[in-house]
Amino acid sequence: MDSDNEFLDNVDSGNVSSGDEGDEDFGMDVDPASSTERQLDTEEYQYKVLTTDEIVQHQREIIDEVNVVLKLSTPTTRILLNHFKWDKEKLFEKYFDGNPEEFFKCAHVINPFSKGTEAVRQKTTRNHPEECEICFSLLPPDSMTGLECGHRFCLTCWREYLTTKILTEGLGQTISCAAHGCDILVDDVTVTKLVPDTRVKVKYQQLITNSFVECNQLLRWCPSVDCTYAIKVNYAESRLVRCKCGHVFCFACGENWHEPVQCRWLKKWIKKCDDDSETSNWIAANTKECPKCSVTIEKDGGCNHMVCKNQNCKYDFCWVCLGSWEPHGSSWYNCNRYDEDEAKAARDAQEKLRSSLARYLHYYNRYMNHMQSMKFENKLYASVKQKMEEMQQHNMSWIEVQFLKKAVDILCQCRQTLMYTYVFAYYLKKNNQSMIFEDNQKDLESATEMLSEYLERDITSENLADIKQKVQDKYRYCEKRRTVLLDHVHEGYEKDWWDYTE
Amino acid sequence: MSSLPRRIIKETQRLMQEPVPGINAIPDENNARYFHVIVTGPNDSPFEGGVFKLELFLPEDYPMSAPKVRFITKIYHPNIDRLGRICLDVLKDKWSPALQIRTILLSIQALLSAPNPDDPLANDVAELWKVNEAEAIRNAREWTQKYAVED
Repeated sequence: MDSDNEFLDNVDSGNVSSGDEGDEDFGMDVDPASSTERQLDTEEYQYKVLTTDEIVQHQREIIDEVNVVLKLSTPTTRILLNHFKWDKEKLFEKYFDGNPEEFFKCAHVINPFSKGTEAVRQKTTRNHPEECEICFSLLPPDSMTGLECGHRFCLTCWREYLTTKILTEGLGQTISCAAHGCDILVDDVTVTKLVPDTRVKVKYQQLITNSFVECNQLLRWCPSVDCTYAIKVNYAESRLVRCKCGHVFCFACGENWHEPVQCRWLKKWIKKCDDDSETSNWIAANTKECPKCSVTIEKDGGCNHMVCKNQNCKYDFCWVCLGSWEPHGSSWYNCNRYDEDEAKAARDAQEKLRSSLARYLHYYNRYMNHMQSMKFENKLYASVKQKMEEMQQHNMSWIEVQFLKKAVDILCQCRQTLMYTYVFAYYLKKNNQSMIFEDNQKDLESATEMLSEYLERDITSENLADIKQKVQDKYRYCEKRRTVLLDHVHEGYEKDWWDYTE
Repeated sequence: MSSLPRRIIKETQRLMQEPVPGINAIPDENNARYFHVIVTGPNDSPFEGGVFKLELFLPEDYPMSAPKVRFITKIYHPNIDRLGRICLDVLKDKWSPALQIRTILLSIQALLSAPNPDDPLANDVAELWKVNEAEAIRNAREWTQKYAVED
C-alpha cells in the first residue's frame, strides 16, 4: 500500500484540524480497515511496505543506480554501498572527492584500477602445487582460490571458513579474507560460489538483507513479532507508519506510535521505567542504614528507638540522629542538639529525593493505568461485538451498528494518547502553556473515562435502539478533545513553547 | 576420539622440528589437542628470568576457531587475570585460520614485552599500571621472582 489513503473514508467532517501533523493514529493492533485516522494533512507522509523480495529488489536497484555512474562490478559496488550505509550520495561525494586509494582502502576493497592486482593475477597463474596455509595440504592451483588481495586457500578451507563465519558468528557483508591481518572483504558472489550448502546460503542472504535494512536510514523492519515486512520512506522522520501486518508504529524509533511525546523523551522514559533507578531512589528516600552493620532499614512505626533486626547486630540506635540509643533515655540526652546545618542538609537531601520520587510515581501510575486500561479494552471489543449482533437482530443494518466498534477504536486511541501525555508531562517544565496542556489533558481524560464507562455499563439490551446518538456524541467529543490536545502540543513544538526538566 | 586432522598433525611436527626460541609446546601424551606450554619471560621486561607455564587446547573446529590458551603460572600483567585468562585480539575476533600455535604463542610472548593497560582484563593491575607504572613493574618483577623462578 502506498499510504493510508484507504482509511480516509472514516473521517468525521466535524473534526477540522489545522495542524500539519494530521495523521496521528493510535490504533493498537486492531483491524486496519476499521481504524479511524484523521487524514486531513495537505502533505501526506509517503511510505511503502516492502516484502523481503522487494527489499532484495530495492537493493539491486540502488546498486544499479550507482553502477550507471561508477561502472564497477556489482559485488564491489555492494560492498562500497554497505560501507557508506547505503547512502549513495555520500558514496559519490567521497568517490569524486579525493584519493581513490584511500576510498577503496576504507571500504576494505582492493582498488580495481590499481596495478597491483595485475601482479596478483599473474602470480596465481603458476602451475606448480601450492600449500594451503589452513589445512597444510599441497594442492594443484585450480583447487586454490582467493580474493584480489592475493591470499589463497583451498576450496574446502574457504567453504569451512565462510560457513563458520555465517552460521556461528552471524557475519554477512563483513566477512574478511581468511588471512591474518587482511581486512579485504569477501563479496556476496564469491560467498555464493564457494558455499554450496543451501541452508548456509539462505542464512547469508538473510544476514546481508538484514544489514541492508538496519544500516539504511530510509528503511525500518516492522518491530512486530514474526513480521518480515520493512517500511521504506522517502525521508526519515518521527511519523506514524502502518505495516501490512496491522502494527502501527513510529518510523523514527520503532516504538508504538507515541504522539504527542517525542522519541527522545520516550526513550529516556522507557529506560527510566526499565532500570531500577527508581527502586534505588525509593530506598534512598525511605530507608536508612543501621549505623553499626549497615543493613538497610525501613521505619514502619512512630518510635525512634530502633533495634536492628539483624540477629548478629541488634544495635539500639536513634532513627533521628543515628547515634546510639543509650544516652537518649538518660539525662545527657543530646539528640536535639545535633549539628543543625548537617542535620538540615541531610533532611533536605532526603526531602528532595522523596518529592522527586513522588513526582515520578504520579506520572508513572497514570501512564501505567492507561496502558492497563487499553489492554482491558480488548475485552470491550468482544462485548461490543456481541451487542452489535443483538442490534442487528433488532432490525438494524450492519452499517448502522458500526458506530459501536468505532467508539471502542476511539477509546483506545484516546487511551494511547493519554498514556503518552504523561510521559510528555513528566519531562515538561511548568509554564503558561504547560498549564493549558494540563487542562487539555484533564478534559480528554474525563471525556475518555465517560466514554469508557458508558461503553462498559450503560449499553443494555433494552436501550439499544436509542443509544446510537448518545454514543456518537460521546466519541465525537473525545475525538475533538484529542485533536485539541495534539494540535496544541504540535503548535508548541513549532513555536518553541516547551521547556524540559532535563 | 575422532582422528586428528592433517593440519594438527603437521603443525605439531613442525613445532617439534623447528622450535621457537623461548617457547616450548609439547602435546599431552593422552590428548594430542592439549599442549603443555612453557614461555620464558622476554629480556628487558619485568618478566625476564621467569619461566611461565601455560596450557593450550585446540577445540574441535580448530583452525576455524582459535586455540584456548591460559597461563597456569601466576603473573602480574594488565591483560591477564587471576585465572590466567588472556585478553589478546588474535585469540578472539582477530583470529584467522591461517594463524598457528606458533604465531599465537609468539603473540603472547610479545604481550609480555608490551602490556596494554588501556585494554585491561585485570582491572586493578591495569589501573596501577596507568597511575604508577614504576610500582606496577616492581610488582610484576616480584611476582615473577615469587611464582615463575624455580629454586
